[in-house]
Amino acid sequence: MIHFVLLISRQGKVRLTKWYSPYTQKERTKVLRELSGVILTRGPKLCNFVEWRGYKVVYKRYASLYFCMCIDEEDNELEILEIIHHYVEILDRYFGSVCELDLIFNFHKAYYILDELLIAGELQESSKKTVARLIAAQDSLVEAAKEQRSSISNIIAQATK
Amino acid sequence: MALSGMRGLSVFISDVRNCQNKDQERLRVDKELGNIRTRFKNEKGLSPYEKKKYVWKMLYIFMLGYDVDFGHMEAVSLISAPKYPEKQVGYIVTSCLLNENHDFLRLAINTVRNDIIGRNETFQCLALTMVGNIGGRDFAESLAPDVQKLLISSSCRPLVRKKAALCLLRLFRKNPDVVNVDGWVDRMAQLLDERDLGVLTSSMSLLVALVSNNHEAYWSCLPKCVKTLERLARNQDIPQEYTYYGIPSPWLQVKTMRALQYFPTIEDPNTRRSLFEVLQRILMGTDVVKNVNKNNASHAVLFEALALVMHLDAEKEMMSQCVALLGKFIAVREPNIRYLGLENMTRMLLVTDVQDIIKRHQAQIITSLKDPDISIRRRALDLLYGMCDITNAKDIVEELLQYLSTAEFAMREELSLKAAILAEKFAPDLSWYVDVILQLIDKAGDFVSDDIWFRVVQFVTNNEDLQPYAAAKAREYLDKPAIHETMVKVSAYLLGEFGHLLARRPGCSPKELFSIIHEKLPTVLSSTIPILLSTYAKILMHTQPPDPELQNQIWGIFNKYESCIDAEIQQRAVEYHALSRKGASLMDILAEMPKFPERQSALIKKAEDTEVDTAEQSAIKLRAQQQMSSALVVTDQRPANGTPSGIQLSLVKVPSMSINEDQNMAEQGLSHENGILSKVDPQTPSADLLGDLLGPLAIEGPPGTDVQSQQNIVSGLENVPNTVEAAAIVPVEEQTNSVQIGIKAEWRAHQGRVVLFLGNKNTSPLVSVHAIILPPSHLKIELSLVPDTIPPRAQVQCPLEVVNLRPSRDVAVLDFSYKFGNNMVNAKLRLPAVLNKFLHPISVSGDEFFPQWRSLSGPPLKLQEVVRGVRPMPLLDMANLFNSFRLMVSPGLDPNPNNLVASTTYYSESTRPMLCLIRIETDPADRTQLRMTVASGDPTLTFELKEFIKEQLVSIPTALRSPMAATPAPPIPQPTSPAAALTDPGAMLAGLL
Repeated sequence: MIHFVLLISRQGKVRLTKWYSPYTQKERTKVLRELSGVILTRGPKLCNFVEWRGYKVVYKRYASLYFCMCIDEEDNELEILEIIHHYVEILDRYFGSVCELDLIFNFHKAYYILDELLIAGELQESSKKTVARLIAAQDSLVEAAKEQRSSISNIIAQATK
Repeated sequence: MALSGMRGLSVFISDVRNCQNKDQERLRVDKELGNIRTRFKNEKGLSPYEKKKYVWKMLYIFMLGYDVDFGHMEAVSLISAPKYPEKQVGYIVTSCLLNENHDFLRLAINTVRNDIIGRNETFQCLALTMVGNIGGRDFAESLAPDVQKLLISSSCRPLVRKKAALCLLRLFRKNPDVVNVDGWVDRMAQLLDERDLGVLTSSMSLLVALVSNNHEAYWSCLPKCVKTLERLARNQDIPQEYTYYGIPSPWLQVKTMRALQYFPTIEDPNTRRSLFEVLQRILMGTDVVKNVNKNNASHAVLFEALALVMHLDAEKEMMSQCVALLGKFIAVREPNIRYLGLENMTRMLLVTDVQDIIKRHQAQIITSLKDPDISIRRRALDLLYGMCDITNAKDIVEELLQYLSTAEFAMREELSLKAAILAEKFAPDLSWYVDVILQLIDKAGDFVSDDIWFRVVQFVTNNEDLQPYAAAKAREYLDKPAIHETMVKVSAYLLGEFGHLLARRPGCSPKELFSIIHEKLPTVLSSTIPILLSTYAKILMHTQPPDPELQNQIWGIFNKYESCIDAEIQQRAVEYHALSRKGASLMDILAEMPKFPERQSALIKKAEDTEVDTAEQSAIKLRAQQQMSSALVVTDQRPANGTPSGIQLSLVKVPSMSINEDQNMAEQGLSHENGILSKVDPQTPSADLLGDLLGPLAIEGPPGTDVQSQQNIVSGLENVPNTVEAAAIVPVEEQTNSVQIGIKAEWRAHQGRVVLFLGNKNTSPLVSVHAIILPPSHLKIELSLVPDTIPPRAQVQCPLEVVNLRPSRDVAVLDFSYKFGNNMVNAKLRLPAVLNKFLHPISVSGDEFFPQWRSLSGPPLKLQEVVRGVRPMPLLDMANLFNSFRLMVSPGLDPNPNNLVASTTYYSESTRPMLCLIRIETDPADRTQLRMTVASGDPTLTFELKEFIKEQLVSIPTALRSPMAATPAPPIPQPTSPAAALTDPGAMLAGLL
């Protein structure tokens, strides 16, 4: 299973963290510090796996962002590597050529999308189309509520005029 | 589109981004936290939009690693908002901010449940996602049945059901006892017929968790898994959106093959055949393509197929096909594939008959040891370590040594330990072994643990042919300008012991040896100085005829250290100084160390222990997958190269110590432990220390048949009656040690707590494990539940509670059986719950002793017997023996120096603590017989105790105890002093003087 997902920038800034196993905030900070130390210093032509504390961290760099997932030693590394890519492709489709800034300012969207992809550290959906459809449906629900609200406030505004 | 849609949030994020340094960032964050806190305080004025915004800000701050200790309530309260946007934020932020152990979550359970059982499927999705990500025990208790209903409901859409499947998986993994999956077999089978691949993917993950917990129940799912795999592998009827770079869901393929690996075998020939066809297709049909993602995905499937083939123990042909593939992989340029090739080849080593094929790739693997990528080097090191045997040890170890000089620090420790172990295990000749270890110390002294040099000393001491060679080598290293502290230790020790064998060689006269060793003294730590002092004393002793100049020099040094602040150094200096003035007696005391008893290498044991540890870990992991907290513990890893414990050091300091002394020591450590146990929780570190102390005693049966091993055990117990504590017993599978049973015990008054460690050393699980205790009538023993299956390379612990009812010498028997392959294996092992465990030593003064002694007059309370055929031993040894049985000897109580008086208290449930008095009258003219008188307030106790002592006196193993006579001194019976004191040669010498 995936124990956690980290998005770290090349400068070591945290862009997203999602923990599927219970860690205290102190432990989380420690994990982040250790892993950025290990992963950000690795050269470009090395493999995508790092052995760490009896676990494995599968990571991949996309432009300035490192996507990392921590798994059990006996899990299938390549499968996880492609879950990362799958996630990136979905983000890409959603944001339209995603860049780090998109994820910084829309980190909550990145969370929504991740939740459609993984639950309990396991892959939930492998169809990009389905994920895109579900996210779009959520967005429209939020929009609808917004419109409704503004129309209500219009009515109230009119009534109290 | 780089805006969050929430202006305030975007502004805050920009602000944080624009901070020049960490301090500025912290200031900005603190300001924002203050702002949020005040806004939350006046909650009335907050619109839902604002509330959402602040909660997101909190999450952002939390994500950056700052503590956010307020506002959890607000996040949780959003969950119960009626509208989707607020609810969504509430769920997501809560699942990021809190973890499963958080109390606030309880507040939300009702709302969450209402969302799950309600009709709104978007709410259902949100709730299932959160519970799936952070659900703990409370959630499992109140929600599992509802989640199960959703999963199998025909009216729910796939988007809800796939979330329900993973949510259930989480709840089951964490709390398998709470989630009721009885009768889920049919449901699972049904789920595997699911058309929607999203639901099928999630269900397959759920199935993996269920079968890993109990594969027997899910047999009926096996053919369906094979069908699913076939369908995917042949790309039949797979919707376009579920192909990934043209490959039908690689993830589902991997998951399915993972599930299949939890079934021990596949019996149905048709299913087996079709599975092998699919696997064959995957093995042969996977090509390397240009597209990285396609390549990765297809190889993810391929590697899983390899694992499944290995698991199923396929025909030889298919296996060699696998090895050939792996051989190809470890030579490719693509680092991921090379890494996985090496990793899987290591796993492949466990398969029989392929080792030779793997060995052909040795040169290629050695190249990977020089790869720029540490991950790959690690794999290569593991593989080389695993494939090393007597035929290639020389090459591999030399490669490792060469690599050691360039390896980074992170790897040196592991590397040197592995090199040392291989050198010891597979040394073609011992001088090569000495060479390797000395090189190792020379190149990576910091990473060579004491165990390693202790071991080389043991070897050299035990092999006379090796001694001149080792001494000469040590002498060579001393010529080097700067040598490692460990090298100083080992060469000083070797030259002290065997330096005189070199006397005729140039540069090796006692004087020269002394001066070159003494040169190092100013540079070493105080822990090394005692070794140097011993060396000087030995050099002095070997200098015949005495050289007055050297003598004065060395005496000068002793003199100087006589006032050293370090007690160990001081004591040695004083004693050696005094001894060396005694002339002839010096010769005896400082004579060469006797041979070490053959024992398992501490190194190899350590390696095995770490293996057991990891096995335990993975067993824990296995359990964690089924149940609880799979969180990793973020603590500093204990360096494998741990500081030496006293006991390890003592092995070298007092090599004369025979196993028996070890036992006494452990025993005394134990009685000491018992003495304070009333205050000590059994879980305290001292219990662990005890475990460590007893560690070296683990007796492993040699390979043989069951019957033999049983004899081993029995004789083991009889030979070392007082060690039974630690008897680790190994019933043996033909040729292989498959099971290891260890014991750890604590005794307190009439009760005992024993933990049985049942270890499976195989790579396949042990099934049908049964352990029954056949207690004698005087003991009440409760054995906790022994699991039916022991996972591969895992250890399970079974605590036992023992209560002593009445005095008796009968021994409890553990009837242990398990199934290995198709054979039932059964072994009966005696448990160390013997009479003396319920004794508590008590010291009695003459005033107390004699009235008692007189008041217990004659049989049946007082029994006397002349015992013949006693193993002769000095009185002092006998006193030690008694003390080790917790019969406290009171010296001087009996006016006759040939007699011995001891007292103890006996505890049982039925009686009050009973005082027992023992008197032994020996005959100095004939040590094979003695007269024993035992008295207590209970006739049975008197009889049983008398018989017990008699057994011990008569059956002491001669072979093991005899070296004692030659040793400087027997250990001093001081049950109350820490065991460490006994290992100190100074203390022993003092006893002699």
